[in-house]
Amino acid sequence: MLRFLLQRLATIIPTLLFVSMLIYGLQQLLPGDPALVLAGEERDPNVVAYLHAKLHLDEPLPVRYLYWLNGVLHGDLGESLRIQKSVLELIEEKLPVTLQLAVMAMIIALVIGVPAGILSAVKKDTVWDYAANLVALWGLSTPNFWLGIMLILLISVNLGWLPASGFVSPFEDLSANLKAMIMPAFVLGNAIAAVLMRHTRSAMLQVLNADYVRTARAKGLEERVVVLKHALRNALIPIVTLGALEFGTLFSGAVLTEQVFSIPGFGKLIVDAVFNRDYAVVQGVVLFTATAYVGLNLLADLAYFLINPRMRG
Amino acid sequence: MKAKTFTRALLCAIGALALGGIASAQSTLRIGLAEDPDVLDPTLARTFVGRIVFAGLCDKLFDLDEKLNIVPQLATGFQWSPDNKALTIKLRSGVTFHDGEKFDAAAVKFNIERHKTLAGSNRRGELAPITTVDVVDDSTVRLNLSAPFSPLLAMLTDRSGMMVSPKAAQAAGANFGAKPVCSGPFRFVERVAQDRIVLERYPNYWNKAEIHFDKVVYQPIVDSTVRLANLKSGQLDFIERVGTSDVAALKTDNRFRLQKIVELGYQGITINVGKSDFAQKNPLGRDPRVREAFELSLDREGIVNVAMDGEGLPGNQWVPPTSQFYAKNVPIPKRDVARAKALLKEAGVPNPSFTLMTPTTSDAQKVAQVVQAMAKEAGFDVKIQATEFATSLNLADKGEFDAYVLAWSGRADPDGNLQSFHACKQPLNYAGYCLPEVDDLINKSRTAVDPAARTKLFEQIAAHVAKDRPIVYLYHRNWLWAYTAKMSGLRMVPDGMVRLQGLKFQ
Repeated sequence: MLRFLLQRLATIIPTLLFVSMLIYGLQQLLPGDPALVLAGEERDPNVVAYLHAKLHLDEPLPVRYLYWLNGVLHGDLGESLRIQKSVLELIEEKLPVTLQLAVMAMIIALVIGVPAGILSAVKKDTVWDYAANLVALWGLSTPNFWLGIMLILLISVNLGWLPASGFVSPFEDLSANLKAMIMPAFVLGNAIAAVLMRHTRSAMLQVLNADYVRTARAKGLEERVVVLKHALRNALIPIVTLGALEFGTLFSGAVLTEQVFSIPGFGKLIVDAVFNRDYAVVQGVVLFTATAYVGLNLLADLAYFLINPRMRG
Repeated sequence: MKAKTFTRALLCAIGALALGGIASAQSTLRIGLAEDPDVLDPTLARTFVGRIVFAGLCDKLFDLDEKLNIVPQLATGFQWSPDNKALTIKLRSGVTFHDGEKFDAAAVKFNIERHKTLAGSNRRGELAPITTVDVVDDSTVRLNLSAPFSPLLAMLTDRSGMMVSPKAAQAAGANFGAKPVCSGPFRFVERVAQDRIVLERYPNYWNKAEIHFDKVVYQPIVDSTVRLANLKSGQLDFIERVGTSDVAALKTDNRFRLQKIVELGYQGITINVGKSDFAQKNPLGRDPRVREAFELSLDREGIVNVAMDGEGLPGNQWVPPTSQFYAKNVPIPKRDVARAKALLKEAGVPNPSFTLMTPTTSDAQKVAQVVQAMAKEAGFDVKIQATEFATSLNLADKGEFDAYVLAWSGRADPDGNLQSFHACKQPLNYAGYCLPEVDDLINKSRTAVDPAARTKLFEQIAAHVAKDRPIVYLYHRNWLWAYTAKMSGLRMVPDGMVRLQGLKFQ
């Protein structure tokens, strides 16, 4: 076990080092002098010179990278020059927001997509099937930002049921938090629901024609039991895998949804940082995401190792 | 049937949740901002939107009124020395900062010196003419200048005149902006980046009779449609920078009020006339006749109507025609395509071609498209190059452009719209315009204290600029504000700041 862990760590450290170089290198390809943007409207030459010195912009690229890496190794991801807040604090503040949005979106996607898929498979070639397919097609082809704005106009402006945008911490006021998040989560989950529906439908159709399902029916089981207990269980396996993969998509989809609904999450943080050339924030956030991804992969490997005895040999 | 019951139950639940929210107390004013402000330290702050928050947080030595007169705020009066090289300011007594510290002449000295010396200060340039600050007595301070400097008072109506608590500033050092302590009507409570800035009423505010809210929440919402949706659904009470296409609908909705005022800034097209060798390579930068033809091909009224839905005032100078410093000797030229064609023929380039760089904002892009279409009628081939803002700035700074659609938010004193753009080698002089006579006139306009004398100097500068056209000024936008009809007491000042004094719900 220890050997396995050490082996994995031996590959992870160079990976992360490479990732950090890539992040830093790619960011330098962004056109424009960050000091010019950060210096604001006046662009006072003294301020530009000060920012150059502070960001080591006049030093060669490898030296700048080493300054940054030195900070990272000491647990300092830097500070947002625009709002004077440490990047680590910003990540702590924003990550839970996006996680909540993604989890809620996934729940909505599952609640809509899986039953619709089952219904469409079971009632194949009926009006239910056509309706579910139509909804799925709509879900797949509707852009997030458009749906977001339409829902804001309908539900918030015309009906006045939910706030149009913004975020309230669940620890502050859970009801206000859910009210603020339900609409963006629906918008974000909408496309995934359509994907899940299509996959559930095809998986169910395959399973419903399988021999064991015919056997279950021959035993005289109720159709509800056949579908939910025998067919769905097997059909769910690829759907769960797909759901897990789509979770990553949700994170990238959150970027746009957060912009439309003004949700102060990870996506909005990085987009604003790129446009404002707030380098420390971009680097810190991307590095954090990459590390989290590598860390999760390590955990998955460890889980395989524990579950699969053959890997221990 | 079951599905129907479930849907009804769900709708009821959402409705109940919504009603719970509406019942919250109404002593909070919620303001929707068009951007997220930068650091909340008046010395380091760089953005227009940050100034809107400062209007609630930090009082200044002087303020502007609706007619742009300079009026006292933390000061009670001022006097220039006979040689105009010293400004003596009388200070208001009984003012305290949000940490309870006393506001006095020593605090003013501390603040001016902090503005001038703090690393990364954005105020250093503005206050450069101040050499020393003398504390005359507790309530009198004297600013000594290296030379007379007429824009100084106007500078003190903005961030350079904002006073922070010396004790808090010394304790927090460079991190002061994370928890600013000023002397304005509201004190800082919290900030969640990109989400909200919360201020609460400061009970010991010197002018507390004018303050009618317990709390102010500023929420940055970038999309103007979503910002308006928040106002309409009751999540916000006030929004700044309403989208011009929403104006017509708002005017007919009696639940809301719409107010507008012409800005201090401008929208214009900066032409590279000497920033780099691009200027000599293109007839537009090389030949003043081509620039004249270009200007004559434009119908400013038409540009305002198409690009801004009519929400702007056509203009041809760095200040709007409504300003007392507008040079009346240089009126807005009328569109004259025939004359433009004749000029191009005379210059030997009947079909000049140039690239018009524009930021990716929708306003700027619309302007570029209208300009392209209008100039085409005179024979110009305008190629639009939409460029992300940070990149466009960099290209402008390096002089790698022919023409650039660029707006400026404006300053109270015309000098703030002029000197940095038209004096030689100044940081915002992207055109690369440099004429010793103009430099000399600009310097004179900065040292002349008498407004009539300044106006005369501005007229001479305007004559040069109108002839050389380093910037073809197009129009001055309207600041558009919308708010709930319950609210009253809004003061429309052209600097676009939302002053909270006097604002209240009826």
